Amino acid sequence: MTATLAPETEIENYTLNFGPQHPAAHGVLRLVLEMDGEVIDRIDPHIGLLHRGTEKLIEYKTYLQAIPYFDRLDYVSPMNQEQAFAIAVEKLLGIEPPPRAKCIRVLFAELTRVLNHIMNIASYAMDVGAMTPFLWTFEEREKIMAFYDDVCGARMHANYIRPGGVALDLPAGLTQRISDWTDKYPKIIDDLETLLTENRIFKQRTVDIGIVSEAEALAWGFTGPNLRASGVPWDLRKSQPYDGYDQMEFSIPVGKHGDCYDRYLVRVLEMRESVRIIRQCLDKMPSGPVKVNDRKIVAPPRAEMKTSMEALIHHFKLYTEGFKVPAGEVYAATEAPKGEFSVYLVSDGTNRPYRCRIRAPGFLHLAGMDAMLRGHMLADVPAVLGSIDIVFGEVDR
Amino acid sequence: MTQPASPLDGLSQTCAHLRQALPEDVISAEIVRGELIATVKRTSIVTAVTFLRDDAVCQFTQLIDICGVDYPERAERFEVVYHMLSMKKNARIRLKVAVGEDTPVPSLTGIFPSADWLEREVWDMYGVYFSGHPDLRRILTDYGFEGHPLRKDFPLTGYVEVRYDEDQKRVIYEPVKLTQDFRSFDFLSPWEGIQRLLPGDEKAAVPPKPGGA
Repeated sequence: MTATLAPETEIENYTLNFGPQHPAAHGVLRLVLEMDGEVIDRIDPHIGLLHRGTEKLIEYKTYLQAIPYFDRLDYVSPMNQEQAFAIAVEKLLGIEPPPRAKCIRVLFAELTRVLNHIMNIASYAMDVGAMTPFLWTFEEREKIMAFYDDVCGARMHANYIRPGGVALDLPAGLTQRISDWTDKYPKIIDDLETLLTENRIFKQRTVDIGIVSEAEALAWGFTGPNLRASGVPWDLRKSQPYDGYDQMEFSIPVGKHGDCYDRYLVRVLEMRESVRIIRQCLDKMPSGPVKVNDRKIVAPPRAEMKTSMEALIHHFKLYTEGFKVPAGEVYAATEAPKGEFSVYLVSDGTNRPYRCRIRAPGFLHLAGMDAMLRGHMLADVPAVLGSIDIVFGEVDR
Repeated sequence: MTQPASPLDGLSQTCAHLRQALPEDVISAEIVRGELIATVKRTSIVTAVTFLRDDAVCQFTQLIDICGVDYPERAERFEVVYHMLSMKKNARIRLKVAVGEDTPVPSLTGIFPSADWLEREVWDMYGVYFSGHPDLRRILTDYGFEGHPLRKDFPLTGYVEVRYDEDQKRVIYEPVKLTQDFRSFDFLSPWEGIQRLLPGDEKAAVPPKPGGA
């Protein structure tokens, strides 16, 4: 052994900037990565590039005007967030929407969950190198957004779920169209799974990457699929049911390892469960009104306004002054596709919220990024980032 | 949403247990609208949260949220609100801490890592200082931002606006110029205040009858 080793040179850590414009950042995220060679030492996510001051804006709007802001938080799953706000306002007002409204809410909340999960799975697949799922699922998303369009006239920013019910009843033929879709959709999930679930490249990129143990997931405030992938059977739809989820039959997929692959699997299974819930909603859909019968909270129908002066006054008052909400504070949590989305609403008895705190699940998931990625390779950053399902609309608010 | 009877019983149990276990630290604990709300002394928030997490009756193992609320008319104008969740008990608790503009709140980062970013957000939005926080930087606002936007005395429009300046080839900050004044409609309409004392009514010996139009 005569060969001598070259003198070891000390390589300093260097800082790498990821984003703010990066296709795998799912929006505007800037990560400052401290690298030791190709291994990550520390991550410092810089967020807030999409901060619009939603909470501040809501303080200056009436309760009805606040709803569209919720569509724009997590713009991949608009209706779940409207639902959280509507429930919070309803709790303060002490009203309960009629059964049909609740059923429609659940129906669309679950459609939205599918909307969110296929978007996440497909873009995640693209992050780790698979192109096809993205193209396939966007077609499916389009179909679900057509249901959105049918019911409220907008493809994404619905403004559909209102305090006291939903804005409009389902148009004729929509239930049949959704029902037809539920027959075809499981096939799409199957196709998606044939592309990804046993795909060697996909598994190499995701299995045992970004492992989060049960204790860690709880300590970091993880919720939703990310928490369930770590083996915690916790779903607000089961444990603290709202809007009639207790009458639905569905199961909660739970992961074992808490890695990226499990988070993917949990989302796939959740989509199948969502389809199950959608079918039940369509079967059980009660008849009756879709809003509470209180003209001080819900505007009268158009036809009535043509003949009734009182209805006209109610309409005018509602859309200028809005309704007043009794003073008090309330916390309403819903199981949004990304996790626990909740609204902490403080009312001072006027027509505008005094404080509307929006608890976005993605905020805490992103906070866990640093601990999840320490010791991983640079190429794992998009893999982990994609698997925790981040949308900056809700993280930055 | 009406809550079934059993979780409420559990809540009142937890409420009584909390009052009994931490009589010094808990100022008040009550159940309002089916939600357990406890007001805690500012200095004992760490004790209270640690107790709630570790105690066998409580087991609030998840710190869900921390947020601030601004009440400018109060002596201690801010309220820091903590939401905790117990999965074992299927219960939530809301802890409130009153804090002034320049009094620090002990940080919870030692107990819950999730407190890190949440406290940074409260600091950013309200300017509530958390003592013992390892890295209390701004989180949501711009680099070099001044002020705390969610305070009630911070204007909705802010103070500066940004634009890209073609001459200087960079983004520049300028004071906000509004093309029209910011309109804040007061819809707390006078005709609904008919129950209140109308001008001149105070002269009458008998108070006016409630109700009216």
